[in-house]
Amino acid sequence: MDTGFIIEKFILVAVIFGISLVIAMYSTYAERKVAAYLQDRLGPDRAGPFGILQPLADGLKMFMKEEIIPTTSNKWLFIAGPGLALLCACIGTAVIPWGSPMLIGGKVVPLQVSDINVGVLYIFGVVSLGVYGVMIGGWASNNKYSLLSAIRAASQNISYEIAMGLSIIALLLMTNTLSLKTIVEQQHGWHWNVLYQPLGFLIFMVCSFAETNRAPFDLPECETELIGGYHTEYSSMKLGFYLFSEYINMFVSSAVMATLYFGGYNYPGMDYMATLLGPTWAPLFGTAILFAKIFFFIFFFMWVRWTIPRFRYDQLMNLGWKGLIPLAIANIIITGVVIAIIEKF
Amino acid sequence: MSTQVFYFVATLSIIFSLMVIFAKNPIHSVLYLILTFFTFTVHYVLLNAQFLAVVNFIVYMGAIMVLFLFVLMLLNLNKETEPSKSPLIKIVGVVAGCCLIVTLVGSFKAASINSPLILKNQGLGLVENLGKELFGPFLLPFELSSLLLLAAMVGAVLLSKRDEVEA
Repeated sequence: MDTGFIIEKFILVAVIFGISLVIAMYSTYAERKVAAYLQDRLGPDRAGPFGILQPLADGLKMFMKEEIIPTTSNKWLFIAGPGLALLCACIGTAVIPWGSPMLIGGKVVPLQVSDINVGVLYIFGVVSLGVYGVMIGGWASNNKYSLLSAIRAASQNISYEIAMGLSIIALLLMTNTLSLKTIVEQQHGWHWNVLYQPLGFLIFMVCSFAETNRAPFDLPECETELIGGYHTEYSSMKLGFYLFSEYINMFVSSAVMATLYFGGYNYPGMDYMATLLGPTWAPLFGTAILFAKIFFFIFFFMWVRWTIPRFRYDQLMNLGWKGLIPLAIANIIITGVVIAIIEKF
Repeated sequence: MSTQVFYFVATLSIIFSLMVIFAKNPIHSVLYLILTFFTFTVHYVLLNAQFLAVVNFIVYMGAIMVLFLFVLMLLNLNKETEPSKSPLIKIVGVVAGCCLIVTLVGSFKAASINSPLILKNQGLGLVENLGKELFGPFLLPFELSSLLLLAAMVGAVLLSKRDEVEA
């Protein structure tokens, strides 16, 4: 392992980390603006032009607020909860290919931190780990509402993970690989997986709404029943961590959806642009396209949040176990049969 | 370097698994168990068994331990509700534990350390090779174990449905 390799990866990780934090920061602004637009209001417009500095003001407020740790809480776990939530949200970006390999100063640099051959499963593992932040925080608060929220989060996460995994299996039957890099390369030239797996994509998307605790699946922080849910007792930057991790989770899920189903950094006319821009700038253009797709999905998350009301808990469980799981299994069977028929003839 | 990492992680595994036993609070026990499983995942990665590592990560850390934590949070175990154990049970436990240690030490002595099992195919733990092995030579055991899991699942559903039938 030479030093150049380590420096290269370090810079890549730092850049991706910085970008995810900035995107999470501005997602809070975007969320308020989208909500305002959908409700025919103006939204934040005081801090800077169009309220563009609002996230900075919010961040400063979060840092300056008094930090309260309830005396009856479990102190260490109370602190570990939000940290774990943010950690699990951030490590998901490590296997996503952000662009095709880029030529920098005569050296080809892959725009992906790590191309492990179990990339899809890694993402899945990180997603399943994400619930610990909520569970530990909710339990350590020593508050009935927080505990209820932690239990809700756990059962919701487990239920929707199954349907999510099954929808990925149908996709893997087609791709024959678990490496995200290869999956993206296979989608070059309009072979986007969403065209072959529309039902699988629908199931995956609904499940990622549930896994990120976004409306209409935000039962763990259902204000009307549970005050603030798992973060009722949290104040200051610990609350900030929880809110931040939700937005980073949203960013990572959007990136995964764009990568698995919407061609990642591929776009129509990519080969022409590659000859036009050269090996240094064309990959960056592809990255910009990927980010455009991600921003669309983030917008979609917000659009749904301010359009559809929250589910009731039994409706959530019915949808997960009696709706999505049978549908995902049917999708696997159909995909398997079709692939078998195509290979036969 | 790999050996040093192994010794470091192995020490952590032992410390965390001891903490699982010694922790007073059952929730802390489960959290230490999660950490223990995480160190196991690192062991699998060191052994170049990437698929096993990530499946251990998803299934044990991500699903089973969430359910453990879920059940413990529902039960809300603490000192007051826990029935105090009689000295007789404690003595029985100590004797049983000692028997287990004797068995383990005996089996380790019997297994000769000087001839370790060497894997013929170094990349066996990768997804592709493992899949070919499982769906090739080991197809029958694989399908049988999946049937066993299905039976367990049906049994669990049946048990939870019993009240409805009686009513």
